[in-house]
Amino acid sequence: MNSKLTRRRFIKGVIFSGAAATTGTGIYLAANAQSGQSAAERLVTLNINGRNRPVDVLPTETLAYTLRYKLDMTGTKIGCNRGECGACTVLIEGVPNYSCSVLTHNVKGKAVVSIEGVKAADGTLHAVQQAFVDENAPQCGFCTPGQVMSAVALLNSNPRPTRAEAIAAMSGNLCRCGAYEHYLNGVMRASGQLA
Amino acid sequence: MSTHIGFDFTPPDVPGKVTGEIKYAEDYKREGMVFARLLTSPMPSGRVVSIDYSEALRMDGVVGVFTADDLPPVPPPGNPALASEYVTYVGQPILAVAAVTEEIAESAIDKIRLDFERRDFVVDPIESLTPGGSNAYPEGNCLVRTQEEGPEGAPIVGAEIRDIKWPQSAIDAIKSGKEPVGGEFTTEWAFGDLDAGFADAAHVIEEPFVTIGYPHHSLEARTGMAYWENGKCYFHGSSQSQSANNAGLARMLGIDLADLVFINEATGGGFGSKIGPYPFMAITGNFARVLNRPVQLRITREQEFYIGSARSGMQGWIKVGVKEDGKVSAVDLVIVNDGGATGGGSGNSSAQHVTVAFQPESMRYRGISVYTNTTPRGAQRGPGQNEMASVLAPMTDKAARAVGMDRVAFRRRNVLDSDGFQGGSQGPVTSAFVREALDQGARTFGWDEKLALPKTIDGSKVRGVGVGIGYHGAGGRGYDGLVRIAPDGRLFIHSGVGNLGTYSYAGTCRAAAEALQIPWDRCEIVNGRSDNHLPHSSGQGGSNTIFTHTRTNWVAAQDAITKLKEIAATDLGGSADDYEIGDERVYRSDDSSVGLTYAQAAQRAMELGGKYSGQEYPDDINPLTQLAVQGLAGTGLIGVAKDNIPGQGQPPGVVVGFCEIEMDKDTGKFEILDYTAIADCGTVVHPKNFDNAMRGGYIWGVGLTALERHVYDPQNGLPANTGLYQNKPPTYMDVNLNTKMGGVNIPDPQNPTGGRGIGEPTQGASAAALASAISDALDGHLFNSAPTTTDMIINHLAGNTYSTKSLKTNTF
Repeated sequence: MNSKLTRRRFIKGVIFSGAAATTGTGIYLAANAQSGQSAAERLVTLNINGRNRPVDVLPTETLAYTLRYKLDMTGTKIGCNRGECGACTVLIEGVPNYSCSVLTHNVKGKAVVSIEGVKAADGTLHAVQQAFVDENAPQCGFCTPGQVMSAVALLNSNPRPTRAEAIAAMSGNLCRCGAYEHYLNGVMRASGQLA
Repeated sequence: MSTHIGFDFTPPDVPGKVTGEIKYAEDYKREGMVFARLLTSPMPSGRVVSIDYSEALRMDGVVGVFTADDLPPVPPPGNPALASEYVTYVGQPILAVAAVTEEIAESAIDKIRLDFERRDFVVDPIESLTPGGSNAYPEGNCLVRTQEEGPEGAPIVGAEIRDIKWPQSAIDAIKSGKEPVGGEFTTEWAFGDLDAGFADAAHVIEEPFVTIGYPHHSLEARTGMAYWENGKCYFHGSSQSQSANNAGLARMLGIDLADLVFINEATGGGFGSKIGPYPFMAITGNFARVLNRPVQLRITREQEFYIGSARSGMQGWIKVGVKEDGKVSAVDLVIVNDGGATGGGSGNSSAQHVTVAFQPESMRYRGISVYTNTTPRGAQRGPGQNEMASVLAPMTDKAARAVGMDRVAFRRRNVLDSDGFQGGSQGPVTSAFVREALDQGARTFGWDEKLALPKTIDGSKVRGVGVGIGYHGAGGRGYDGLVRIAPDGRLFIHSGVGNLGTYSYAGTCRAAAEALQIPWDRCEIVNGRSDNHLPHSSGQGGSNTIFTHTRTNWVAAQDAITKLKEIAATDLGGSADDYEIGDERVYRSDDSSVGLTYAQAAQRAMELGGKYSGQEYPDDINPLTQLAVQGLAGTGLIGVAKDNIPGQGQPPGVVVGFCEIEMDKDTGKFEILDYTAIADCGTVVHPKNFDNAMRGGYIWGVGLTALERHVYDPQNGLPANTGLYQNKPPTYMDVNLNTKMGGVNIPDPQNPTGGRGIGEPTQGASAAALASAISDALDGHLFNSAPTTTDMIINHLAGNTYSTKSLKTNTF
């Protein structure tokens, strides 16, 4: 965890910048992602799960909103809409981000992966998804898409994490049901470290 | 031999949760749908003098405004969906605006002008009981029940509000940890000879305590989407329960049961806050009818804090007498409940926990529920029992030390067994094996070995080891089961159990498969929407589902088996008693070659009609089940029955927890090194899900004992922690994630599958064990507070006394 960036500072940053991102070791302000924001054209083309999707986007619209209510991609959940819970986590250029705290206009030209883009085209579950099923990890399931996205990002960058590394990577995702140990075991199973 | 019960399987909704494909209420859209948003009270207490929404109505895109005038009046102490005159907490809904987009609805809210008249407010129950103290309602400050309290999560009916004040001497007494002599109570019960019990005691412990409420904060903020077609209301709601919602929701909408289609595939958490239909569902459904178009009402995280319900708080006093041999001879308990703006409090349930933990020879309980101008309170995971478990555990340790007993042995000496009782009525239990759980837990955890370890770990870090017990009633009786064997021989198990994430809806269906000896891949669970023909079921609260609905599915399957045998006897000769089942066939016991496949029998049931295929059904099933059977009639062999399995007593769910922590005496922070829990919940029906329930409850226990609480500004009555971050539910980083969970696994004799529920005591055990460990790390110091937060610990370590045995609540 970056010692200079507390969660409180992060949230304050989100409020002022309107954007945030998570990394494998914590959360940092994504101020750079905001550069260039100006009077935006409303019709934009987004790269979502490898497909170009034209969509009419308001200047203040968040990516979570666009995904859910403009593109009908309701797998991304909005748990808090204020950068606290991680249920809306998506990958932007491979990095997990809270999509409730990212302006849609700021992902133009960037590769966005949502939960709908994780399983294979033939329907085969991603290793993380299969491991979460095997561990019976979800309870209510509302946080699960976000947990999957953070786990996928972690294993993309660190295929064999330690439990401590996995805990740190997943720590931006709240689970009110408290299924953390099962998700964690799922991450370790997906990485081939838990038979 | 069991083939389903006690074995793992994958509930059918799990894959949809990992892919995001399963739908929650908010994920549904409908052509022409409009979005409603709430205008809520900015002040803790006041009177609405005037509302002017004319400017909002004139906005392009606004389609309507919905106020309390559009709903039947709800007199205090009910919890109205919309305030009519008085507002009693910050965030109380006053009206709803619907518009073609959410943005327009939110902008319209800003255009509404409200004039209020401020009233005095109160956030601390004892302050309200003090002479001259403010009342949360104009009518008074206390809930007085005029009829018996309903089950957890049930709306308060038969109650009135009274103005009750205690003499200053009683206020002073309870604040200083003494009996509040002269204080008036609204609930009281006793058993045994209390005076003799204290006279017999070798040691008497007398302590004040406080527990502070906190919100459920289910990750899915409650959402509803409703539309009407041909006189029927289709309602997508976020609820813990499925069938149990229907009657109440139909009443809210003023329609017959048959005209409601309640749809609830999945729910993003409930924890007691969504057991039955909650008030704001009335807005969604009725607003949709008024507008004659689909309405979605999705509330914000902050609004979920306000109206999502919360755990009640307690301020109390307890006196415990213990005999030289360690037996608790007497308990005197006083609880002042913080009911928030609408809740009834859960003091009686707290007292019930004491009876289970101590089985005292005599006991008196006196309680009073006081309203405060804080969020509405309701059932939250082990309401009463679990917060009591947290504050009682260190006191129990003190009692054990007083008589020179090991803390596990003291609990073993006193706790409930199969011949014991629960509650003030001293009612029986179906079975209890808590001593076995304590023994198993102590072995698994290494209790003796950990006690022998050095207290000091390293420098400022010390070890604390604790044990605790969580309890909740865990089962009900008298609900209905419904199964159908289709013409292809497959078994369809119709379940009215809600899908709140516990998977008990699926686990209980295994009982029908078990009884009918049919492979799981030949079974299908039918659930999720009431027009799928679902039977009457319990609400998914109170840890009851496993016991209640393994029984209902079992009796429905038995009915199907009886019919299979009767059909076989009709077609193949002999009597029904000459037949048995196996391998998806019904066949003669003396010649297995003579029989019918389930598919053949189902086809014959359709030809025979009558009771065999649902044209006739038992008289004693619920009207909702009758509707379900009518819908299925003629589609196969129907098994339907009410659970009339004989028996008596409350099925108890009990968990014992063992916790080891490392506390840094320089900072007051602690780390959980080890947690072990053992359940006494009868037969474990679904092992993987049992583990998940146990671990989830453990996390909740950490929140209760160490982290979560309401915080209000006592000067202005404003909440300070409406979000998740400020409210601090535990994260990955706050807990140990290498826990050990187990079960005694002794079948309950009153359930054919042997199971009892376990959802709530998982938290109580963890909360109690952690509180015990914190006290142990601090050489037996008692905070008598839940939560005991890091700042309280460091205050104590710094020699400050103001965080210890203070009865301050809803603030700090």
